[in-house]
Amino acid sequence: MTLELHGVSRMVGGRSHIHPTSLTLNRGTMNVLLGPTLSGKTSLMRLMAGLDRPDTGRILWNGDDVTGQRVQDRGVAMVYQQFINYPGLTVYENIASPLRILRRSRREIDARVRETAEMLRLTPMLGRKPLELSGGQQQRCALARALVKGAGLVLLDEPLANLDYKLREELRVEIPRIFEASGAIFVYATTEPEEALLLGGMTATLWQGRVTQFGPTPQVFRQPRDATTARVFSDPPMNFLPVVKQGDRVIFGDQVARGQTAQGQAGLFAGVADGRYLAGFRANHLGMAPRDGALGFAARIAVTEITGAETYLHVTHGGDRWVGLVEGVHRLNPGTAVTVWLDPAHVYLFDASGRLAAPAAYAMAA
Amino acid sequence: MAQITLKNLAHSYLPRPQGVQDYALKEMDHVWQDGGAYALLGSSGCGKTTLLNIISGLLRPSHGRVLFGDHDVTDAATAARNIAQVFQFPVVYDTMTVRENLAFPLRNRGKDPGYIRDRVAQIGRIIGMEEMLNRKAQGLTADAKQKISLGRGMVREDVNAILFDEPLTVIDPHMKWELRTQLKQLHREFGHTMIYVTHDQTEALTFADKVVVMYDGRVVQMGTPQDLFETPAHTFVGYFIGSPGMNFLPARVLGNRATLDDGAQVDLGAEYAAVDGQIGIRPEHVTLTESGGLPVTIRRVEDVGRHRLVRAEMQGRPLNIVVPEGTAVAAQPQVRFTPARINVYADDWRVTPRGA
Repeated sequence: MTLELHGVSRMVGGRSHIHPTSLTLNRGTMNVLLGPTLSGKTSLMRLMAGLDRPDTGRILWNGDDVTGQRVQDRGVAMVYQQFINYPGLTVYENIASPLRILRRSRREIDARVRETAEMLRLTPMLGRKPLELSGGQQQRCALARALVKGAGLVLLDEPLANLDYKLREELRVEIPRIFEASGAIFVYATTEPEEALLLGGMTATLWQGRVTQFGPTPQVFRQPRDATTARVFSDPPMNFLPVVKQGDRVIFGDQVARGQTAQGQAGLFAGVADGRYLAGFRANHLGMAPRDGALGFAARIAVTEITGAETYLHVTHGGDRWVGLVEGVHRLNPGTAVTVWLDPAHVYLFDASGRLAAPAAYAMAA
Repeated sequence: MAQITLKNLAHSYLPRPQGVQDYALKEMDHVWQDGGAYALLGSSGCGKTTLLNIISGLLRPSHGRVLFGDHDVTDAATAARNIAQVFQFPVVYDTMTVRENLAFPLRNRGKDPGYIRDRVAQIGRIIGMEEMLNRKAQGLTADAKQKISLGRGMVREDVNAILFDEPLTVIDPHMKWELRTQLKQLHREFGHTMIYVTHDQTEALTFADKVVVMYDGRVVQMGTPQDLFETPAHTFVGYFIGSPGMNFLPARVLGNRATLDDGAQVDLGAEYAAVDGQIGIRPEHVTLTESGGLPVTIRRVEDVGRHRLVRAEMQGRPLNIVVPEGTAVAAQPQVRFTPARINVYADDWRVTPRGA
C-alpha cells in the first residue's frame, strides 16, 4: 500500500497554496506534516484525500492513478480538530455509522465496531452518548469512526489541538499504538515540534506551501537540510548568529572556535569553505555553566521563565535574541549581564541561501 | 490595581445544594496580592472558569464574598469592577484600524487625546505592531488579532486586574514564545494584578509567580513553579505538572525507608512517621543504572529531541524515566531514585517529613 504524489500543486485565487510536491508514503507508517498555521498542511491533506483536485501533478494509490477521483470512491478517512460525532447517537451507533452507509451486514458491523472500540478503549462507553464522555473519549470516538471502515489512508488534521494538555499527552502515546495495529497509512498534521517527536515515524516539514524536508522524524530534527527546516522544527525557536569561517577557525563574533574541540573530535567544520555563514543552535544547547571547549558569550537577560525544573533564559547578544534552556531555577532580573555558553559541536552552519553547509557534530554522532 | 480577596467563597449551580458533591467550587479562602501574576491551572471541569467568572462578575457566587482591595464587589456587575479581559479568541473591530482598536477603551472613558496617542504608541511598540497601527484589523492573521486583544487588555493603567482566559490557544508555537515574553515584560513594566486561566502547564508555569492548581472544584496547591515541581502537595499536582507527570508507587514508609509491594527497599531523603500510602518520584529524578538498583522492564523508548523518554514497567506499574541526550540505555537496566527528590503521600496528600 503506497500513496505517491508526483509534482502535485495547487493554486487558489492566483496564489500558490502548494508548490509542486513529490512524496511517497508507505503502508503502516505515521507521517507527520509539521508547520505553522497557513504553511499548507491542510491544503496538502485535502489533495491527498481527493477533496481538492491538484492543478498539476498526479496522485497514485497502490500504483493506480486516482488524481481527480471523488473522495467518496476512495478508502480515505479524515479526523478534524473539531471532533465530530452525532450527539443523538450512542458511541456504538456513532462508530457503526460509516459502515451503515456502506451497507455492511449487521454481523460484520457488530464485529468491526467491537474490535475498534476495544482498540480505542471505548468498550465500557459503547452505550453512552458522546456528550456524556470526556473530551479525550469524544476524540477517541471520532478516531474510532475514522478507523472502523478499515480505510487505507487516515488523515488527522491537528486532532488533539482542542484537548486539554494532559489528555493530549495521553492520546499522543496511544495514537502510535493504534496506528501500528491498523496497518494503514497515517498522515498527521501538527504545529508542534514536540508532538512530531513524540509521534515518531516520518516527518515532512512545511513552510509557505513547500515541503522543505521529508524523512525519519529524529533525522529531520537532528539533520535539517536548511535553516527553514531547522526553524520549523525547533520549539523554542532556533537561535542564530552570523559567523565567519577562516582556515581552521570559526569566528563567532568576539569568540573563536578552533578546528579541534576539547573532546578531540574530528576537525570542526573541516570540509567547509572559508566565508560567511549563519550559525544555528537550539535552546537546550545554550547553557549557563562553562564547559570544556565551549564558547562564552556576553549577554543580557530579557526575561526568565521558570518551569519548575528548568528555566528558559531569554537573552540578547548584540542585536540577536536567543533562548537558552537550563536546568534548575534561575531568577535573574531583566538587564542582568550573564555569560552564556555554547559548545561548537552543537552548532549547525547554514550558507547565505539558507542551505546546510555543515551539520552539528553531535547530531552526526547521535 | 487591587488585592483580590476570596472570602469563604463557594459556588453551586444547583438551587439547593445538599452535599459537597453539589458544589462546582468548594469553599476557599484566598488573598491574591496586588500586582501579582497568578495562573489558574487545571483540566476542563475543575472549576477554574467558574472561579474566573465569579471574579469578573459574570457569575454571582452562591456563597461567600469577593473583595477588590477593601471594596466588596460580590454584587457588582462586570462593568462596575474596573477590570480588563482577554479571551481565547480575538475580539477585534474589523472596520477599525489597529490604533483605533487599541485606543477604544481609553476613548470610551474620555481620556485626553494626547495621552491616548502616547499610550497607544507605547502599547503598539510592546506588542510589536508599531508599523501596523494605521492598518485596518480586517484581513490580519489570528495571531495579529490576538496581539491586538492583548494590547487592548493592557492599555488602561487604572484597572483593578486583567483577566486572561486561555489567551494563547489559537496562537502558533513560535508566536506563543513571543507573546508570553511580551506579557511578562508588560507585567513587570506596569505591575497590573493578572489572573491567567489555562490548562497548559507550560503557559501557567512560565507566566505566573504563583500557580493555583485546581482539581475537582478545589485549590489543591498554590505555589511557585518550583514548589509545584519539587513538592507537589497532592498526587494530582504531581501528575498534572511535568511531562510526563510524577511516578507513584504504593509503599509503606517508616523513618527514612520505604518498602514497596514486593518488599524492595527505597532510601528516602528525610524521616517520616509511619505511613501506608505512596511514594512519588519525577521521571527526571529516576536514573538508569546497570547494577545496584531495582529491576525494570523497558516497554518503549521515545526520542523527544533534547532527551529520551523511557517508558518502563516496575512491579507491573508504569514507570517513566527521562534520559539525557547522548546517554545509552542498557539492555537489562535497573533504576535508582534520588532520595532527596522522593515525596511521600497518604490519601493523595503529601506527608510533611519530620523536622520540616
